[in-house]
Amino acid sequence: MEFLVIQSLNGLASASSLFLVASGLSIIFGVTRIVNFAHGSFYMLGAYIAVTIIAAIGGQDALGFWTGILLAALIVALIGALVEVVILRRIYAAPELFQLLATFGVVLMIQDITLAIWGPEDKLGPRAPGFRSFVMIMGSRFPSYELFLIVVGPVVLLALWLLFNRTRWGTLVRAATLDREMVGALGVNQRLLFTSVFMFGSFLAGLGGALQLPREAVTLHMDLAMITEVFVVVVVGGLGSITGAYLAAVLIGLVHAFGIVLFPKSTLVLAFLVMAIVLVVKPYGLLGRKPSGHAARGQAIPEPLLSPADRPTKLLGAAVLAVLILLPPFLGDYGVTFMTELVIFALFAASLHFVMGPGGMHSFGHAAYFGLGAYGAALAVQWLAAPMAVGLLISPLAAGLAGLLFGWFCVRLSGVYLAMLTLAFAQIAWATAFQWVEITGGDNGILGVWPSEWAKPKLVYFYLALALAGAGIMALRHLIFSPFGFALRASRDALLRAEATGLNVQQLQWAGFTIAAVLAGLAGGLFAFFKGSVFPTYLSIPKSVDALLMVLLGGVQTVSGPIAGAFVFAGLEEQLVRITAYWRFVLGLIIVLLVMLFPKGLAGSVLAWRERQSGDRS
Amino acid sequence: MTNPLLSVRDLHAYYGRAHILQGVSFAMAPGEVVALVGRNGAGKSTTMKTIMGLVPVSSGDVAFNGQPIAGREPFEIARRGLGYVPEERRIFSELTVLENLAVGERPPRPDAPRWTPEQLFVLFPNLGRMRERPGGQMSGGEQQMLTIARTLMGNPKLVLLDEPSEGLAPVIIEEMAKAILKLKTEGLSVLICEQNLHFARLVASRALVMEKGVIRFDGAMETLMTDHSIRERYLAV
Repeated sequence: MEFLVIQSLNGLASASSLFLVASGLSIIFGVTRIVNFAHGSFYMLGAYIAVTIIAAIGGQDALGFWTGILLAALIVALIGALVEVVILRRIYAAPELFQLLATFGVVLMIQDITLAIWGPEDKLGPRAPGFRSFVMIMGSRFPSYELFLIVVGPVVLLALWLLFNRTRWGTLVRAATLDREMVGALGVNQRLLFTSVFMFGSFLAGLGGALQLPREAVTLHMDLAMITEVFVVVVVGGLGSITGAYLAAVLIGLVHAFGIVLFPKSTLVLAFLVMAIVLVVKPYGLLGRKPSGHAARGQAIPEPLLSPADRPTKLLGAAVLAVLILLPPFLGDYGVTFMTELVIFALFAASLHFVMGPGGMHSFGHAAYFGLGAYGAALAVQWLAAPMAVGLLISPLAAGLAGLLFGWFCVRLSGVYLAMLTLAFAQIAWATAFQWVEITGGDNGILGVWPSEWAKPKLVYFYLALALAGAGIMALRHLIFSPFGFALRASRDALLRAEATGLNVQQLQWAGFTIAAVLAGLAGGLFAFFKGSVFPTYLSIPKSVDALLMVLLGGVQTVSGPIAGAFVFAGLEEQLVRITAYWRFVLGLIIVLLVMLFPKGLAGSVLAWRERQSGDRS
Repeated sequence: MTNPLLSVRDLHAYYGRAHILQGVSFAMAPGEVVALVGRNGAGKSTTMKTIMGLVPVSSGDVAFNGQPIAGREPFEIARRGLGYVPEERRIFSELTVLENLAVGERPPRPDAPRWTPEQLFVLFPNLGRMRERPGGQMSGGEQQMLTIARTLMGNPKLVLLDEPSEGLAPVIIEEMAKAILKLKTEGLSVLICEQNLHFARLVASRALVMEKGVIRFDGAMETLMTDHSIRERYLAV
């Protein structure tokens, strides 16, 4: 009984911060239709800024401490306004995935700015004056600050309800959530409304971070850790529902509180199970509703028709292949290594393109399958002493099984919901690799995953990778122009009509999702033997973003685009790491600029330009 | 027209690559109720959306109250006293009647009738009986009244009314016609898009007939009603 009560209280206390951040994300999404990846970064900034301000104004007394917390949240609100005005305002018309990507660029930039200002060491904040003691609850010492946090959640929930139902601003925000264009036509300045909403959401995130100070150390990992949990909370609660966000935050908070005691190493897996159960019962979350009306229309950009390569493209492809086959023997080890990486990434990118382009499913966690493929091979080598051939067989199999499992949930959703879910799954896979030290070696990874003797020479391994990656890419191309590919594209372009013609859309998408996972897994397996080791970073969000960048650089709308994108991108990151310690900032900036300058992607911009040219002539 | 309230000159607009408005020109005097008629796809709704700034102007001029408004944002155009009632009604379905009206509320202006929810409930008595009802739980006719009332809360000088009679029962249409005539006596100008000639004739004294993105006829409603050949050429299906 005592255990139940204490852990429930712990759960409720951690739910409050989760709720503050999740409600901010939800409010911003409602009006701007942007899932703000950087929301976790605002949470982190709230904590860091609060540490500094409280230290500066001497927060030993209550006044200083609470002023510091509030000031930190306000500063984060201003930073949010800056991000909205400078970046997001320019990309409201861009496709969802580009917006998500741009806000991830902001995440990278804020990470390095934080590192530059506060350094890599964790910071400890002061305890809250007046809440330093313990309260005796059923014979246990329970921190009074936790009790304070438990109260914060419902108080904020009530305040938000009053704000949205009793003020003109709140009414306008709710109206804009339903039909923002109409709100503009009625004389409301949308720009001002959007900026104020973004500021308010950022304020909530900053407050959530600042309030964490007395509870835990401030670290550079707070941003992604928080945003993953917030995505889970928002998906479980229902995007756009504040009350749903609170319920979900409590649910996830409780799962964590009990999970950390009962199954200390599987907290994220437990959260996943909760999410899975909720989604099976209520696909749009506890209190979410299926998007309808004007909000559901979004900015549908008609996808151009994919056509098989014309003669010049085919010749170019053959030429590239010829170069890939003939050139390596004349390159040194470095060159061969570089090209091996290229062909592996090309397969990885092509598999993501398959699920995103023809499949129409915006995966933000494709690294999960790449990484699971790599781990599948490495674990087979480590624990079963399997030879390379078996490892390379297990890779696609392991990833495919994960694709089957995760895909089953994913195909029930669409749009940003699907993107958030794929990301959450990828984080779970990452956490498993990271936390399950006995099996996976945790952060140290698995070493000694070398190819069989015959494939050890770098040149031989290159040809092996080229053969397998080439076969994988050709298989994907073949599928795109097969009846299966046509049905998949039909489902993407006109869901209802596809269903009306008798296509089982969910099953098609499930199959497409799994096929993409299988080939990403093969790429992962090839990568494992290529590097001789695997690490949890193979499954991490940045890896998923790498793949997205390759696809988006090349263009979702073309079949060969992602291959070209992989070739362009592969060198870029490596060079950046070499040039500057703050490569994340530079990479983030490049991402943001790319999305701002080419809101339709490089290929989309070229297509639009071509269209204008032919339009002018006619 | 010496001092037109609205003047549109050689207006062109596109949807993607489709050339929808191909040189629309007309003017409206203050206090006038004008019907814009034409077949489906003639460009009537697009004319309204383009005037309102919801569809970009590719070339041509729009002046309201003597001020150029082409290229301005919808909210700026609305604030100058142009009200827009969309064809699809676009009620905020999760907001109550009173909240829907609150979103439309703008400060009063000296040269236009001033509206409050109470006055609007006199004009549309049905709405007064369901002040706290969410917009999504209202009938089509009630939603149509609400969308007009919501626009009137902005105290406009001119209202662009897109197909107000569409999908409504004859009884409701008559009520709607009465309300529009009432607005006319208050001094409001109305440009009304209509497929229903009978309804258009009830409220408007002047008609503009549109076909393939241009105005083909601009004259008295009675002329249009008596001249069989114009109707045959531009309106018959």
